[in-house]
Amino acid sequence: MHELAVTQGILDIAVKEAEKVGGRKVTRISIKLGALSGMVPACIQEYYDIISEDTPAYKARLEFDIVPAVIKCNECGSESEIARYRLRCPVCDANKVELIRGREMYIDSMEVEDGD
Amino acid sequence: MEIKVVHQIMEWNEDVSNEVKEELKSKKVCLVNVMGSPGAGKTSLITTIINKLGDKYRFGVIEGDIAGQIDAEKMKALGIPVVQLNTDGACHIEAMSIQNILPDFNLDELDVIFVENIGNLVCPAEFNIGESFRIAILSVPEGDDKVAKYPLMFATTDGLVLNKYDMIEYFDFDTERVINDAKDVNPDVKIMNVSSRTGEGVDELCEWFCSKIK
Repeated sequence: MHELAVTQGILDIAVKEAEKVGGRKVTRISIKLGALSGMVPACIQEYYDIISEDTPAYKARLEFDIVPAVIKCNECGSESEIARYRLRCPVCDANKVELIRGREMYIDSMEVEDGD
Repeated sequence: MEIKVVHQIMEWNEDVSNEVKEELKSKKVCLVNVMGSPGAGKTSLITTIINKLGDKYRFGVIEGDIAGQIDAEKMKALGIPVVQLNTDGACHIEAMSIQNILPDFNLDELDVIFVENIGNLVCPAEFNIGESFRIAILSVPEGDDKVAKYPLMFATTDGLVLNKYDMIEYFDFDTERVINDAKDVNPDVKIMNVSSRTGEGVDELCEWFCSKIK
């Protein structure tokens, strides 16, 4: 349910960016989402279509690019992709690891209608 | 036309969280974010700590609830400043709500403010609220699979209290499993077995708590 707060964040950024280019209509918003971000993309689009009414970004298509989670081991130095939230090196089993990708949540780019 | 944006979606919350942190730092007040399921024992744990450390620190409490002020009234009975924060349906507390509520406290007369977050193992973990540290509570009757099921809550906490530990003999609760799951997502987490009811583990909890208060 916290997707609503996140969706509001997406809309606010999109509207601000659209204003910078003269309030043009936003047709697509590309979002990088880490695999461990805990967000449900379908849920975000659903909320978005409702709350974006009366803005230049109404019903823009949200495109989600899921960033796989990667940990770096501070013991053996290897980088491994992990399928679930487990901060343990699959190579050497050490737990001195850092999550280097997988919690991303940012707008990468937007498509706006061309000006005259 | 494509526009490159690269803008963090949660920035609005992070910015306010940092402002809250700065304000509290200037007043030497420590904000503690307490999270856990409904019924895990958040209110009892907070009152237990306040009763134990009330001579050492001046406490205040922000009671987060979707509706009502049942817990705020319990806290008021302790004679400490309490502010009820009703989220009117929202599943978590955001930094902005904390910022709006801080003027209700006299920060010069406080050392610690507890925030009792909304009872929920999912959403509150996503939002920094300007806290100095977090305490997650998992009670024995909830089951030993919760860390594996709700990893983010346990990955982002500083302390994990296994509460209602006096009930351990009545439940198939594998403490080792919880410890392993928690260390898998959060190698540095401090795990403590506590019963707010019997007082078991409260000394260790308070010792850790004091070490976290700067």
